[in-house]
Amino acid sequence: MTSVTAPLAPAGARGAGPVRPRRTPARRTAGRLVPLVPATALLALFMLGPVVWSFYGSFTNAALTGPNAANPEWVGLENYLQLLSDPNFPKAIWLTVLFVIASAVIGQNVAGLALAMLMRSAVRPVRAVVSTLVVTAWVLPEIVAAFAAYAFFHADGTMNSLLGSVGIAGPDWLFEHPMLAVILANVWRGTAFSMMVYSAAISEVPPEITEAATVDGASAVQRLVWVTLPTIRRSISTNLMLTTLQTLSVFTLIYVMTGGGPGTDSSTLPILAYQEAFKFAQVGYGTAIATVMLVIGAVFSVVYIRSLRPEVD
Amino acid sequence: MAQTTPAASPVPVGVGAGVAVSTPGTAHRRRRPPSVASSDPRSARLLSNVVLVVVGLCFLLPLGWIVLASLDASATLAVRVPEDVTFANYSAVMTPEQTWVPLANSFVLSAGTGLITVVASVLAAYPLSRYRMRFNKPFMYAVLFGTCLPITAMMVPVYSLFVRLNLLDSLPGTTFFMAATSLPMAIWMTKNFMDSVPISLEEAAWTDGASAMTTLRRVVLPLMRPGLAVVFIFVFIQAWGNFFVPFVLLLTPEKQPAAVSIFAFFGQYGSVAYGQLAAYSMLYSLPAVALYVLVSRLSGSSFALAGAVKG
Repeated sequence: MTSVTAPLAPAGARGAGPVRPRRTPARRTAGRLVPLVPATALLALFMLGPVVWSFYGSFTNAALTGPNAANPEWVGLENYLQLLSDPNFPKAIWLTVLFVIASAVIGQNVAGLALAMLMRSAVRPVRAVVSTLVVTAWVLPEIVAAFAAYAFFHADGTMNSLLGSVGIAGPDWLFEHPMLAVILANVWRGTAFSMMVYSAAISEVPPEITEAATVDGASAVQRLVWVTLPTIRRSISTNLMLTTLQTLSVFTLIYVMTGGGPGTDSSTLPILAYQEAFKFAQVGYGTAIATVMLVIGAVFSVVYIRSLRPEVD
Repeated sequence: MAQTTPAASPVPVGVGAGVAVSTPGTAHRRRRPPSVASSDPRSARLLSNVVLVVVGLCFLLPLGWIVLASLDASATLAVRVPEDVTFANYSAVMTPEQTWVPLANSFVLSAGTGLITVVASVLAAYPLSRYRMRFNKPFMYAVLFGTCLPITAMMVPVYSLFVRLNLLDSLPGTTFFMAATSLPMAIWMTKNFMDSVPISLEEAAWTDGASAMTTLRRVVLPLMRPGLAVVFIFVFIQAWGNFFVPFVLLLTPEKQPAAVSIFAFFGQYGSVAYGQLAAYSMLYSLPAVALYVLVSRLSGSSFALAGAVKG
C-alpha cells in the first residue's frame, strides 16, 4: 500500500496545497499521504487480510473445534478436490446462477424498468404510493424483509390464503418450490434499486427524440426498443452489474426463508459456505467455497470497473 | 471531475422527499403522455395506473403483514385485519432483555461504525481530493474494487481470522470490521462531496499559514456538513440492518444487536408468537426507515442511497 511516489503536483487548481517551501518533494508527498493511514490500515487489516487469509485457509484442514481448530494442517489442494467430488457444489453453483439470473438480471431489471416506465404515465397519487411501497421493501432491514417474505410464502401464509379464497389449495412454497419463493422474494425486495436507477435514466432521455420517433409513426414498443433502451444503455449495464454483485452475496433472505433447504435445494454458494464451515465444522472446506465466490466476485468487479473506467480517470 | 458514487450509478438517482420517483418532465408529459401499450393515450394511461395499482398491492401484502400482525392479538402468518386491535404484542416485547438491550447494542455498533468510517474517510478523502498524486488513481481503483467485493463471501475466512486475532465476540472488533467494509463506499462519497467544495477558500487560508489539517477542520468540513451527514446516515443504516456480520462474529447474547436477537427470537418463538415477532420487527425497522426519509430530504433529489443499503 506504500507505492508512494513523488509527483510534483502540476500547478493546477487541485495541485497547490499548503505552501511548505522547507520540505523536499518526496517528504512533502509522504506528509500528504499521512491522512490516508487510518483508512488504509483498516482496509488492509479487515478487507485485504480476510482475502489473503481466505486463499491460505482454503489449503488447510481448519475445523471449528478440536485439534484442527487450533493447529490446522496444510492439506494442499484437498479442499478443492473435495469440491469437485461434492455433488452439492455444482448444485450450489447452478442454484446461484439461477438465483442471480432469475431474480436480478431478469426479475429486478425488467420489473424495475417496467415500473419506471409505467410511473411516467401514472397519475401522481398512484405514483407516489406505489413508489413508496416499492422503496419501503428495499429500505427495511434485510432480516425483517426476510420475515415478511417468509410469512408470505409459508404454507399458512398470505399467498395460500389468497389462493384458498379462490378455491385453490396452494402448495407449501418454501418446501416444494423453495427457489421460486426466494427468487420472488428477492425481486420484491430489490426492484426498488433498479426502478430508481431507470427512472433517473429515462427522465434524462431528451423528449425531442421520442417525439420525433412518434411523428415518424413509431409504435410504443418501437420507441422503447429503438430510442429509450439505446439511450440508457450505460445505466442498464451498470445496473445489471450492480444487481448481479448484490444478488451474488444474498445470504439473510435465503437463510431465514428456507435455511438453504429442504436438504440443499436452495443452498446457493453463500449458504453452502456458511453451512460447511459452521454447521459441519469444516472451516477449511467452507473457506475454499468462499475463495471460489471471492474469485467470481472479483471477475465481475473487474469487468464492471473496466466499464466505468472513463469516469474514474 | 464530478463523479458519482459507483453504486449510485453514473446517473444521479432521483429519490425525492417522500420517496416519490422524480419525473422532471411533468409539464411535457401532460401535453403528450407517452403511451405504453396502445396509441390511444387515455386508455394507455388508465392501463398503466391499473397495472401499477396491482403491482403496488403485491408489494403491500408482505409489508402489510408486519404492520397488521403486530397489532393483532391472535396473529397468524397470513395477512388479515385484526379482529381485536391490541398493543399487547408491543408491551410483551418491550422489555430490557428482549428489545432495549439489543437495540442499544445495534445503536452502539452502528454509531461506532458510522463514526469510525466518517473520520477515516474524511482524512483519506482530503489528500485524494486536494493533491494530484500518482498514488490517487490506483488507490481509487482499489477502493472501487473494494465496494464490489461480496462481503458475504468473506465471512468464513473473517471468522477464522478473528479467532486468530482473538477478536471473536468483541464489539470493538466487529465495529472496526464493519467500518472497514463500509469504508470503500464512504471514501467514494466523501471524496465526491469534497471535490465540490471550491479550493479557492482553502488557498486563502494556506496563504495565511494554516496547515492542511487546520484548513480541513475549519474551512472544508463546515462546508460539507450535509454531505457528511449523508455518509454517516448511509453507513449507520447499513450497519443497523446488517445481520450476517454480527451473526458470525458476536456470540454472547448480551452483545448481540437487534438483527441477531430478532433472529434468535424467530427461532425460539417464531412459530407461535407471530404478533410479537412482527411488533419487534416494527420497533427494529423504524429507525432505519426514519433515517432513510431524513437522508432523502437532506440530499434532495439529486442523490440516493442506492446500492449498499440493500446489502
